[in-house]
Amino acid sequence: MVERPAHCAVKGWNRFVVGAIAMLVVAVLLTRVVGNEYFFFAGYVVLQFIVLATAWNILGGYAGYVNFGSGAFFAAGAYTAVALIKAFAAPLLVQLVVAAMVTGLMGFAIGAMTLRLRGIFFSIATVAIAVICETIVLNWDFVGGARGATVLQPPAPAFFVSYARLLFVIMTLLAILAVVLARYIEISRIGRGLRAIRDSEEAAESVGVPTLKLKLFAATVSGALMGIAGAPFPLYMNFIEPNSAFSLNYAVSALAMPIIGGTASWAGPVIGAVLLGSVQQIVTVTMSSELNVLVLGLLLVAFVVAAPEGILGLARRLSGKAGAR
Amino acid sequence: MTGDLLEVDAVTKRFGGYVALSEVSLSVRSGERLGIIGPNGSGKTTLLNCICGSLHSDGGSIGFDGVDVTRFAAYRRARMGIARSFQVPRPFSSMTLAENVAVPLEYVTHRQSLHGADVSAEARSILAQMGLADKADAQTGSLTQVDLRKLELARTMAVRPRLLVLDEVMAGLSSVEVDEMLEIILGLSRQGVTIMMIEHIMRAIMRFSERVVCMDAGRVMADGPPDHIVQDPDVQRIYLGV
Repeated sequence: MVERPAHCAVKGWNRFVVGAIAMLVVAVLLTRVVGNEYFFFAGYVVLQFIVLATAWNILGGYAGYVNFGSGAFFAAGAYTAVALIKAFAAPLLVQLVVAAMVTGLMGFAIGAMTLRLRGIFFSIATVAIAVICETIVLNWDFVGGARGATVLQPPAPAFFVSYARLLFVIMTLLAILAVVLARYIEISRIGRGLRAIRDSEEAAESVGVPTLKLKLFAATVSGALMGIAGAPFPLYMNFIEPNSAFSLNYAVSALAMPIIGGTASWAGPVIGAVLLGSVQQIVTVTMSSELNVLVLGLLLVAFVVAAPEGILGLARRLSGKAGAR
Repeated sequence: MTGDLLEVDAVTKRFGGYVALSEVSLSVRSGERLGIIGPNGSGKTTLLNCICGSLHSDGGSIGFDGVDVTRFAAYRRARMGIARSFQVPRPFSSMTLAENVAVPLEYVTHRQSLHGADVSAEARSILAQMGLADKADAQTGSLTQVDLRKLELARTMAVRPRLLVLDEVMAGLSSVEVDEMLEIILGLSRQGVTIMMIEHIMRAIMRFSERVVCMDAGRVMADGPPDHIVQDPDVQRIYLGV
């Protein structure tokens, strides 16, 4: 798997930026060194889960608003890309940007409708949006409907051996972007405001925190990142159909990975995604693809019961620095 | 009119068919210490929620410092200088005490320019004023009831309030602790903060208040100096149970 030097929760942007750049360089080098194409296939999936898990955590972890519909955001990003390819043969960059805008707007809209109410209504709405999106796609012939759509990969650009390797590097970039955003939010006053909301919304409001604005901001950023994670998916798979795009696996993974890694900090979703993403790949290859959802579910139950603060919380407790963030 | 910081005018609040506040009017002078008493369910906390913006009233208006704030969200009222405590303390439980106080510092006091402000040091100095200096880095879960109350006060002070609305900050405290809290609150008053205090502990109300309002069934029943209020036959019948 890809080496991630930025694992430990380092303070200060300098070391963080160095880590991020190092990761990107390593990713590019790997595309020149590693021969096995499967490596990039698996690596892409893990990186995609880093984006998804990080996106989920911005709203679900920091602010405590649980999104059960991550799969819908992911699929909406993917199908935005398909529509753009079919309609305009739009390049990948355009697909990424528009997908982020579409799902960001989705997050904002769901937020605007439900975030005035208590948290549970937002969660219920995210379940509903998953059903709505899937129904729309199933009946939208232009993007293939229930049959699915085939998307042809463009020829690999000069530097890259295959298009999959290019997508691997792009997903690395997106993962870095997601983590940088999450970390910025976390250490800025936005992060403190979101945590205040999670602890007591009424108290937060009473000391000047504009709770609705912050929640809408988090829902928008979170939604946009989920969509951007899904945008390269059709090109990566060459084919897309509603069942795989709206797979329960995305919704479960997006919340299981941060919870298992630890929701308090950006490092949690990254740890969770790398760990669970890898385990899922190993299980898929050595056993069966059905089993990997089972493994995920069992691990989630185990952590919720035994270590609700995730791996980060466990590590902190073991090192005895209970107060450190 | 001059000197009135808060103007509550004919405020009505209904919950379904239940009228919690029925055309309540009340004004508070700048710098005043106002005590609010009344039986449970008389609408004290609902009035407080309407003043602070946690609830929006169904009728009437609320003016603060000459501005009609009736439709303002709670956070905007906090930024204008209305701070409150909660009947049951609501600390930010995932944060240390210093971080708790940092939230209002970041969102109200230093909202315009966060750069150059030493939020952490300021939070600690506010905690020190409340006698919580040595617990600044502790988590809120380890606090006693009286310390939780003090933390709430510290958090409200970080807003640099002009009007402080306290909802039974002394409930459940021992006699010594009540005196300790009273000293802190009277100290805030001496710094020029206007204070409204809902309280059931009559000893505290009598020592604290310059004026007392007694509420019953969503109305203001009596309004006057503390010694007049306790002599009022209606207040005695309904609230004091004499």
